[in-house]
Amino acid sequence: MNLRTLVWRELFERKSQMITVFVGILLGITTVVAIKTITHYSEKAVARELDTLGANVLVLPKSVSLQDYYSADMHDQYLPEEYVLRLTMSDVQGVDNLSPKLCVPVELEGRRYTLTGILPKSEFSAKAAWAGAGIFSRPIGCGAIGVGETPKPEDKKTLVRKRVIETLEPDEALVGSDAAASLGLADGDTVSLLGKQFSVVAVLPETGTVDDSRIFAHLHTVQELSDRDQVVNCIEIVGCCKEISAGLVDKVNRLLPDAKVVTVAQVVATQTKINRLMERLSLIFLVIIVVVGGAGIANYMYANVHERRREIGTLMALGAESSFILRLFLTKACLLGVVGGVAGFAIGTLLAVTVGPRLAGVTVLPMPVLALWAVLLSVAIALTSSFFPARRAARLDPCATFQEV
Amino acid sequence: MLQMEKVTKSYRHRRRTVAALDGADLTIDAGDFVSLVGPSGSGKSTLLLMLGGMLSPTLGRVLLHGQSIYDVGPNARARLRKENIGFVFQTFNLVPYLTAQENVQVPLCLNGVAADAQARRAVELLQRVGLGDRLDHKPTELSVGQQQRVALARMLANDPSVILADEPTGNLDPETAEQVISFFEQFNAEGRTIVMVTHDPRAAARAKRTLRLAEGKVVSDQPQARIVA
Repeated sequence: MNLRTLVWRELFERKSQMITVFVGILLGITTVVAIKTITHYSEKAVARELDTLGANVLVLPKSVSLQDYYSADMHDQYLPEEYVLRLTMSDVQGVDNLSPKLCVPVELEGRRYTLTGILPKSEFSAKAAWAGAGIFSRPIGCGAIGVGETPKPEDKKTLVRKRVIETLEPDEALVGSDAAASLGLADGDTVSLLGKQFSVVAVLPETGTVDDSRIFAHLHTVQELSDRDQVVNCIEIVGCCKEISAGLVDKVNRLLPDAKVVTVAQVVATQTKINRLMERLSLIFLVIIVVVGGAGIANYMYANVHERRREIGTLMALGAESSFILRLFLTKACLLGVVGGVAGFAIGTLLAVTVGPRLAGVTVLPMPVLALWAVLLSVAIALTSSFFPARRAARLDPCATFQEV
Repeated sequence: MLQMEKVTKSYRHRRRTVAALDGADLTIDAGDFVSLVGPSGSGKSTLLLMLGGMLSPTLGRVLLHGQSIYDVGPNARARLRKENIGFVFQTFNLVPYLTAQENVQVPLCLNGVAADAQARRAVELLQRVGLGDRLDHKPTELSVGQQQRVALARMLANDPSVILADEPTGNLDPETAEQVISFFEQFNAEGRTIVMVTHDPRAAARAKRTLRLAEGKVVSDQPQARIVA
């Protein structure tokens, strides 16, 4: 016989009451977990969609004024390429991708095109990795990460969406859709640019921007062919919108004081707004559940204390201290909270995974971290709402409980 | 030894002060067997609960083994009860969802006794009161006489030196009441002090000393029980 035995036996003595309050906790936690899981993955999906719009921070030479976002790199002012390394080696949070660019005009078959030098990610991220530091040495928490997708061999066409590619050989080129059409180029063809033969590794899909009439090659090859030593026109940054709104631009500005750092305000504002909406929605449900659930548990506990007055008085007459009575009720609340939290997490996750894709149109996966939060929340609600009833029990006048005076 | 020094207990009821106990002076020696008799509302139960540290006096002092029990905090008083006092109630007050054995184990659990020792002691006590074959029965599965015997076993669990009984035979038939009083005599013979509130003259007559209360005052104190309640 111990405190737990007393709590356990009492719970099963009043099964219908126990089931009622348990179902209350269970439904509350189920709702919170389901909403939180679905909104988390909806938020990620929105972030991925916004990511398809491309880079959302641009690093430009100070003297350049931004006229057109997609042709921001088409000018003859330069930044040192070393800025890329400075960025990758920094501790700036929220950078998903970097894409330094150098634009050079080229003439092919009597028409002018833009040859854009780009640096594959494998090169600058490797430098940071050698130093064991930098922005690519830790996981990226932004929405641009794929969800439940198995890695596939790189498709060079993703340059259009991701603004950066993993690898690009010095003699390889990517051709925009308009340029490919007018030059009659296809995958596997060769093209001569600034006196060097390039192999066309991919024709990029149409984007409706100036990128369609560009040809992309390795940055260092373009620098070499155009006699521009280790400079770029622009560095595109695919940043996490949350981090941008939290001051990423200022941080990059401090890091690169001689450059101009601009952001696409609408993109950032849209995602921030959506994230805020999701967070508020979750918060509203959470508050409703805490208040309604807490009131339900408190009501049950007050009724339970009232019903057990004689038993409490007897325990006091037998020598129970007030702390024992307090623990008797709080242990019961804690037990209900733990079981309700675990079951609520399981059912909430199941609900989110099965119903979420139909409701939000996104893939929803279980979030194990929510298990801890569900149990903590459930126990916290149960304990908080039971505290005053338990204290009342601990302060009962034993004589009044017997009604024998 | 139990003592009361000029103890008064008064209540406010509808703007009037009602004295449940009025200047009671009392000494009960160790090993005594006292019956408290008197009409309803005379203050018997109030006096008993005060002796048990369950009801604080408005005025005066209550002493157990020379220690003033209301000069210490409620938790210290709970410990005093746990170590020295056993209560018996008219309505038994068994915990309804526990078996007979578990009910007897409750005071031992409150005293921090290990589970094995609790079980051994509970079985031994239930056998003593003739319920060795009812260990796993819940109160609702026992007769009222058996329930009162479980309550007696529970009261003995922590080996109290003082037994306070409030109408222990009030709900029992004469035969079972006789059985319970016999147990009290045995407990008293073991050296325990017993204070018993009763309306039953036959039960009162079995005590060594009878105190009669009327309107909150001790109106007679006789060493031999010859008073009809």
